[in-house]
Amino acid sequence: MAQQQNSEIRYLAPIAVDVKKKKYCRFKKAGIKYIDYKDANFLIKFVNEQGKILPRRVTGTSLKYQKKVAKAIKRARHLALLPYVTDLLK
Amino acid sequence: MQKQYEAVFTMTPVLSDEQMKEAVSKFQKFLKDKGAEIIFEHNWGLRKLAYPIQKKSTGFYHLIEFKAEPQLIADLELEFKRDERIIRFLTVALNKYAIEYNKKKRMKQDSEKAEDKGKEAEEKEPEAKETDNK
Repeated sequence: MAQQQNSEIRYLAPIAVDVKKKKYCRFKKAGIKYIDYKDANFLIKFVNEQGKILPRRVTGTSLKYQKKVAKAIKRARHLALLPYVTDLLK
Repeated sequence: MQKQYEAVFTMTPVLSDEQMKEAVSKFQKFLKDKGAEIIFEHNWGLRKLAYPIQKKSTGFYHLIEFKAEPQLIADLELEFKRDERIIRFLTVALNKYAIEYNKKKRMKQDSEKAEDKGKEAEEKEPEAKETDNK
């Protein structure tokens, strides 16, 4: 094992090894079919500190559910359950 | 054909409790008169808004789930718009998953309520005993 690690150092750029945790869609995994726009505490997981919707590449959500998440967040914003713009949301 | 809908609306915080209930009953009556069937209602009470609306930072939230003809929704929204007490509203058509989700949520809430009531009863009993002792 130690030898292997030493040999890796020789590469200028580290080779992409599949060490990264595989992202998955939490809705597909948990079998969630409907995303409730009234549940602001849940939707807060899909926005950043400024209240912006996080991209799919960050959260790992599948396209099908990302659309639903986005819609739910937008509805929640309309009802003032989530802010449109803010700072230090988290 | 009737469809299932869900309407959430926010009323100004300047209303008194009675005025708030009056406003809610107005919309209940409106729906019933137009042949809609109210399935579920929930009053969230006074809630803080995420951003000020009409310079108000809080509002009374109320949710009504109902079955109605699609033509009715336009009338309902017009009624919301005309009412000055309503500062925000959202009407959403529910698909089968949403209906299922709401049902589950309601059942959960009901069971929790039942538990709470049980707890309350338990809590009340010892209090009663204490007062008896005094």
